[in-house]
Parts: sequence; C-alpha cells; structure tokens
Amino acid sequence: MNPSVLADYLPLYVQAAWMTVRIAVAGIAAASLVGLGCAVVGYYRVPVLRQLLGAYVELSRNTPLLIQLFFLYYGLPKAGIVLSGEASAIIGLTFLGGSYMGEALRSGIDSVSQVQLESAYSLGLSRWQSMRKVLLPQALAGAWPALVANVIFLIKETSVVSIVALPDLMNVAKNLIGRDYNTVEALTLLVIGYLVILLPVSLLGSLLERRFRRGLVGS
Amino acid sequence: MDWSGADILFNPRILLRLLQGLWVTISLSLIAVGASLILGTLLGLAMTSRNTVVRAVTRIYLEIIRIVPQLVLLFLVYFGLTRVSQLNLTGYQAALLVFTAWGTAEMGDLVRGALQAVPEHQERTAFALGLSPSQRFRHVIGPQAVRALIPPTVNLVTRMIKTTSIVALIGVVEVVKVGQQIIDANRFEHPDAALWIYALIFALYFVICYPISIMSRRLEKRWTTTTRR
Repeated sequence: MNPSVLADYLPLYVQAAWMTVRIAVAGIAAASLVGLGCAVVGYYRVPVLRQLLGAYVELSRNTPLLIQLFFLYYGLPKAGIVLSGEASAIIGLTFLGGSYMGEALRSGIDSVSQVQLESAYSLGLSRWQSMRKVLLPQALAGAWPALVANVIFLIKETSVVSIVALPDLMNVAKNLIGRDYNTVEALTLLVIGYLVILLPVSLLGSLLERRFRRGLVGS
Repeated sequence: MDWSGADILFNPRILLRLLQGLWVTISLSLIAVGASLILGTLLGLAMTSRNTVVRAVTRIYLEIIRIVPQLVLLFLVYFGLTRVSQLNLTGYQAALLVFTAWGTAEMGDLVRGALQAVPEHQERTAFALGLSPSQRFRHVIGPQAVRALIPPTVNLVTRMIKTTSIVALIGVVEVVKVGQQIIDANRFEHPDAALWIYALIFALYFVICYPISIMSRRLEKRWTTTTRR
C-alpha cells in the first residue's frame, strides 16, 4: 500500500462520501415520510388508499433497487420523463425504503397493546393526547430496532446509485481502479469511507435503543 | 410518442436471451442460497456455543460482513482479492463467494435468534425429564427453533435473489446485463427499448420474488400462532 496514493485519493473520497451521505439523508427522510403515511393509512384502515399502498409495498419489496434505478434513469426518458441522476437516486431510495419503513412502524404500532389506549381514554386523555403521549412513544420504542436496521440497509443500498452516473463512493473507487490500477489503495479507502458513515449510525442506533427501552411500559 | 419499442418484447429471440440471462441469476441465487443455508446453520450453532472465543470470532465475522455494502464486498473480492493473491476469479465465482459469505452471516444470525427465542424453561423441563443433550436438541429445542426460523429464512431468500442483480456491475452476464446488451443492439431500430426492457426485467424479478414473499407470510401466520409457550 502506497501512502502517497492514499493521500492523493483522500480528497476525492471525502467529496464522494459527502455525496453518499446527501443521497442517503434525502432518501431516508423521504422514505420515512412515505412509511409514516403507509402506517397511518394502515392503522386507520382507509379504504382504496390501503389497497393501493399494499400494491406499492409488494412492488417495492420484491424488486431490486438496481432495476428500479435503471427504469427511472434510462427507461423513463424514453417515455418523455427525464430525471437527473440525483433525482432518480432519491426517488429510487424512497420507493424502496418507504415500504420497509412502513412495515417497521406498523409492527411498532401493533406491539402496543389495546389496553394502553383504553387506559389513556379512561384517564380522561383526549384522542390526540393519548396518541401523542401513550401510543406513539411506545410504538416508536417498539419499532426502533427495525428502523435503525432500515436506515443502515438504505445507506448500504446507496452503493448502487453509482450506476446513474452519481459520483458517490462506489463510483469514485471504480473510476480510480480503472484509471490508475491502484486497486488496494482505492478499495481500502472505499471500505473506510463506508465504515466512517455506517459505524456511528449503528452505534448511535443501539445507544438510543437503550434509552427508548427505559420509556417502555410493562417491560 | 411512438410506442414501437414494445414490439421488442414480442420478439422470441430476445425473450429467449433474457430468459437465459435470468437463468444465470437464478442459478447463482440457488447455489448461494443452498450453501448459505448449510453454512449459516453451522454458524448459528457456533454463535450459541458456550465457548467465549467461538462466540466472539463468529460475532466479529457477522458484524464485518454486515456493515459493508454487498457491492463493496463484491468489489473487494473481484478486484481486491484477485489483485493481492494470484487467484484468477471470474465474476461469477467472485459473486458466488460473496453471496455465500454474506448469506451465511445473515442465516447464522437468524439461526442464533431462533435458538435463543425458544423459552429457557423448555430446555430445563426437558432436562428435568431426563432427556440427554442430543435428545433435548432433537425433540425439544430444534423443532421449535425451526418453526421460528422458516419465515425469516424464506424472506432472506428473496433478499438474496434481489441482491444478485448487482453482479451485473462486475460484468457477469445475467438478466440485467443481457437487457443492456439488447438495448444497445437495438439503439437505432427501437430507440425506446430501454423503457420496455427494464420494465420487463422489473416484472421478472417481481414474478420470482412475490410468490416467495407470500409463502413466507403464510408460514409466519400459520406457525407463529401455534408456537408452544
């Protein structure tokens, strides 16, 4: 391993890591919103919308992100819909992640027993209060491990977005291997880049989990 | 716009080529899944071992494989391993290696989880009834763990099939790569082929993975309700 090559490459990787983080943050935020929408629609059993979202969840969970991205970026322009690489990547991640987030939140809500809500009502809390103070905190605690797993899964999935010509970590590593053939240096920095992003998320996730657990009633 | 590109989907030669590509995807997934199920079960058993060293080593293996994106693993093996060793791996071999290593880690964790989810009193009761360690495993712990294990394992299978699509990025000619070749070859006659071909590949993946997902859910419903507590 050649240290001067590492030093040369470092700025490129910092830039690329930033791109990976930006795509991941935007995609995960949007996916969480979609997931919340799915969970709410499921909870209140909204007719029609519920079936539509059910079909979406199946489509999203049973197809690979790579194909979703190819379709968005290379397929759709042939039908007159042109998306930038960044837009395709974020839409793709949202499409994929929305269903995973929705499932995690739904199972979190399901894990809160009905007695909790009934007790809240009998104590005179309004619908909104019992939702906010009783149901949601416990649902979030229940869903937390799955949510953290999804966040890590989605950050890892961003490695695929290099195929829509985005200069993310994967893309930079691939180009540098092709250009200079310093394979070992390029791959070392690639792994370090992902670890620098993923390890703090993973650690923070388990720290917060312990915190949430304390708020859980009856466990 | 002109929808003539759809014709390409009705060309039997093109369909046949796509199906051949799909077979590469399926065979790769099947071999990797098969190997992962066997090795993962062994790993899972090792992870519940009483030996601290064994537990630590298997845990580290799991965490390392899990934290790195699968595409990065693929690059590490296909470009890195072949560079530092004198190994000459084809893309397909590299993919088999990576998906087996990853699948084994995920399967190992599922097996560990399933074994630990069997309530402790089951083991103690079996012990009190005078069953030997192998009898306890075969008649009490094993059957209950397998029930808890099958739905998430089926789920893992769909995840592995989906993830194999990334092998196109190291040049393995499977369904995605064949699709790209068809699109390139028809650039002038059917400029909008990309839309149809990618839509078709999207549908093909769905057709393979959806039934497996449904099966997983059915098994989950049937078996989680009858687990003895």
